[in-house]
Amino acid sequence: MKITGFRRENGAFGIRNHLLIIPASVCAADTAARIAALTPGAVSLPNQHGCCQIGEDYAVAVRTLTGFGKNANVGAVLVVGLGCEGVQANTLADGIRETGKPVEVITIQERGDTLKSIARGADIATKFSFDLAEQRRSEGDIAEIVLGLECGGSDPTSGIASNPAVGYASAKLVTLGGTSILSETTEVIGAEHLLATRFADDVQREKFLEIVKNTENRAAMMGQDLRDGQPTPGNKESGLSTIEEKSLGCMHKAGDSPFSGALYYAEPVPGRGLYFMDTPGQDIDSITGMVAGGAQVVLFSTGRGTPTGCPIAPVIKITGNSDTYDRMIVNMDLNAGRIITGEATLSECGEELFAMLVDVSNGSRPKAEVLGHKEFGMYRLTGAF
Amino acid sequence: MKNTLRLNSKDNVVTCLRAVTKGSAVEADGEAVVAVADIPQFHKMALVPIMKGAHCYKYGEIIGRATADILPGDHVHVHNIESTRGRGDKQGMRS
Repeated sequence: MKITGFRRENGAFGIRNHLLIIPASVCAADTAARIAALTPGAVSLPNQHGCCQIGEDYAVAVRTLTGFGKNANVGAVLVVGLGCEGVQANTLADGIRETGKPVEVITIQERGDTLKSIARGADIATKFSFDLAEQRRSEGDIAEIVLGLECGGSDPTSGIASNPAVGYASAKLVTLGGTSILSETTEVIGAEHLLATRFADDVQREKFLEIVKNTENRAAMMGQDLRDGQPTPGNKESGLSTIEEKSLGCMHKAGDSPFSGALYYAEPVPGRGLYFMDTPGQDIDSITGMVAGGAQVVLFSTGRGTPTGCPIAPVIKITGNSDTYDRMIVNMDLNAGRIITGEATLSECGEELFAMLVDVSNGSRPKAEVLGHKEFGMYRLTGAF
Repeated sequence: MKNTLRLNSKDNVVTCLRAVTKGSAVEADGEAVVAVADIPQFHKMALVPIMKGAHCYKYGEIIGRATADILPGDHVHVHNIESTRGRGDKQGMRS
């Protein structure tokens, strides 16, 4: 199935043409934001980390920021560093340059001060934006799409209607040669035995089960009761009683496709088909991980309604709760609640959602993108040191 | 629209698609069940007795364990079922 998009230097295919300003650390984030404000069409990342991190947290920060720069939806990148931070701007730039796309670096401490950095940054970014403005969409295939699957603000309609509709669209994409990522490890607890049988590769299945076990053990290690955080107060108020019940509903987002593999947070997607990525249940951190791994678009299933978007990837909102759809029409794109009321079948809703996915890939914008929602958050195991 | 939804034949609860008032007879998977509590929309109602310690099933899978004896027609939620997972308060590390 043909779609249009932007063919990158390394052959990757994006459905947007973003100019991205990446602060290497929180210390450079404000400066990066001011550069973006001076450059029409540019977007910066509200990076809250990137320094005094060690071990896996340091690795995740590098992987996530590099992944955003490498994402095929991004046409050009300016990395802004303070100069002394743990995550060095040049480390990020070198990784992103592997794609062949234009990448520049400015360092505040080398430039002298923030005003000089903002001026130089806006100069570089504006020239990038002129180049990007000349680029036109060319032909690609739906099989080049990597789709992030997300659920948030879940209620019992999520597992009954909106997640199955997402699963229908995801399975259709995978059948056509594309890729989907299921995530939110916490929301697999209670359903992992069902998902594990869909991994043909033993090594990948073990990696998946290890990921789930590690998340459950993280709560145990703290001597904490997972129930304090999951399900959320809103999940419970709406009728979801336990994490098992939530997870058994969440897993429907992945349709019935077999799993090609399991990925760590922000790990680049290595091939085609359905993957599982280790992310927390927190929606923003989760979407950030999948987009860092290469997802160009996200299908987001919600029961209670949530506005979440992403700086560089369109996020399509579907709800299984017709009251939510009517009340929150400003933020919702598709009503799967019609499956519960009998106004539509699962396959009708699934086909509508898939058609919306194709339209959005070709350039139409879902509500979160029109409204300018750019939520971004990096997962970390522990605080800064 | 039906009033309740049973997702799997193994389930001992149904999802109420409309809010249910205590005392009303609700059609659940072909049977009439009298609600013994008010049940909000999309919350669960027990189809059969679920004794304390027994498993609660939805989607054909375990979703929790009863913490009190549950009657048919009862509201099933955090006040009478508990999770069996992520219980750092109770369990050690999983191996």
